[in-house]
Amino acid sequence: MSTDTDSSEETPHLLSPRRHVLFAGRRGLVASTVSTAVVLVVIIALLYFAPGGVRVRASYFNFHDMWVAWNGDPSKGILAIRDGIWTNVWMFLVSEVLVLLFGLALAWTRITKSPVLLPFRVLATAYSDIFRGVPVLLVMFLVGFGLPALYSNLATVPPPVFGVITLTLSYSAYVSEVFRAGILSVPNGQLLAARSLGLTQSSTMRRVILPQAVRTVIAPLLNDFISLQKDTVLVSVIGGVEIARSAQIYQSTVFNESGLVLAAGFFLLLTIPMTRMTDRLIARDRERRLAAAR
Amino acid sequence: MTSVVLELNEVAKRFGDVEVLKGVSLTLRRHEVVCLIGASGSGKSTLLRCANLLESVDGGTVSLFGQSLGDPRVSGDLVRRHVGMVFQSFNLFPHLNVLDNVLLGPVRALKRRREDVTDEALALLDRIGLRERAGEYPERLSGGQQQRVAIVRSLAMHPALLLLDEVTSALDPSLVGEVLDLLTELAHLGTTMLIATHEMNFARDVAHQVAYLDQGVLVEQGTPEEIFSNPQHESTRLFLERVR
Repeated sequence: MSTDTDSSEETPHLLSPRRHVLFAGRRGLVASTVSTAVVLVVIIALLYFAPGGVRVRASYFNFHDMWVAWNGDPSKGILAIRDGIWTNVWMFLVSEVLVLLFGLALAWTRITKSPVLLPFRVLATAYSDIFRGVPVLLVMFLVGFGLPALYSNLATVPPPVFGVITLTLSYSAYVSEVFRAGILSVPNGQLLAARSLGLTQSSTMRRVILPQAVRTVIAPLLNDFISLQKDTVLVSVIGGVEIARSAQIYQSTVFNESGLVLAAGFFLLLTIPMTRMTDRLIARDRERRLAAAR
Repeated sequence: MTSVVLELNEVAKRFGDVEVLKGVSLTLRRHEVVCLIGASGSGKSTLLRCANLLESVDGGTVSLFGQSLGDPRVSGDLVRRHVGMVFQSFNLFPHLNVLDNVLLGPVRALKRRREDVTDEALALLDRIGLRERAGEYPERLSGGQQQRVAIVRSLAMHPALLLLDEVTSALDPSLVGEVLDLLTELAHLGTTMLIATHEMNFARDVAHQVAYLDQGVLVEQGTPEEIFSNPQHESTRLFLERVR
């Protein structure tokens, strides 16, 4: 019995006349270099030779204006972007720590089955529904103007403090969901094994469940932090002077937008390494999962 | 000495509408090995989990060392420090290396100092020939090695009773032997064990008593000789024919 599908003696031909050795193959270094160069040239040409190109370059990419905006000019009431940056930086640093703690506490409250915590569980659920549903900008207004109205002695508190409170409130709701998903993704067998060794519920959580949960959620967590870092600019709406506000003051004083571009550049400098790192972590996690499934 | 370690008396357990255990009675003495056999879903796992308070019972009593687990003063954490459990799917902690897997119980549950228990943990790993792998993570080990580490992890707590829940069911056939050999060795050393298993030859070799469970009912119990050579009940006979 013959099962041959091809009875001819001819050797199959595999080389395509349309594939050139320089552009083919897995490395294709020449191909990628050429295509990158072409794309870059096209983008730059489109911007440079656009009808309003000259005007835009003068008002958005003027290095002299950037320099002045960076250093400020007290005589004209122009605030230095240089000084504004620190407001954003300390705001997101403090917020991120608070969000981690508060978000974890919320997640824990929602997951635990202890009957004593029932009212807190209901509150935590309502909390995450509310703060994920209301725009951060509105929360900023409500906190920034509402809290001093509730307690008049808070009127002297600097706006960035209310900014930190707002960001913590809003982002904890998101981060608690991230943590919750991470905790629930740890197989139940891990809990059973830890409890079977006589570990208490809190030890099990701390030593077995959380370390694994955090590992799975580190990428989405960093995503939320990137978003949080950008949202520090919202404190400007309640009178906080930070990088975007300084740039905007420069813009409205001198009618030149270069300061805004500078501010945008600062955020890119801040967030791009973090986005890259997040993508790398996601890729690594994916690889690990694939390896584990094998 | 024939002191009773575990005593189940008319134990009943329900999950929603499903009655998983319908009045099971069983006694396990010190140094004794009892094998639970029966089809999947017959209640073997649930019975084991009732013995270390991973599950509470809905009826009847479970007593450990003469103390009823129904007593509200009994702490599940304390019970489980004395009753080890090994699972079908190993459940090693993937974020801890082999040594730390073994040390977690003594250090975190018994609050022993790490330095004081490390030597013993390494000696245990040596016994299963995995001392050199102490620093590696579980995913690097074969299934059989992982399961042997899981058994050793339980042993590090010096349990008075070891519960084993189909510990070879998730293994490649070629790896079953090394795990059963370890269990046989433990049985000869006098470890008190309650073993849910589908390995009939193993049960025949090491068990002092074999109990057959069918749909939550303990149909019959006896020496391996009695159960395997001369089963009294039709359902036992049918089950044994099916698995043979």
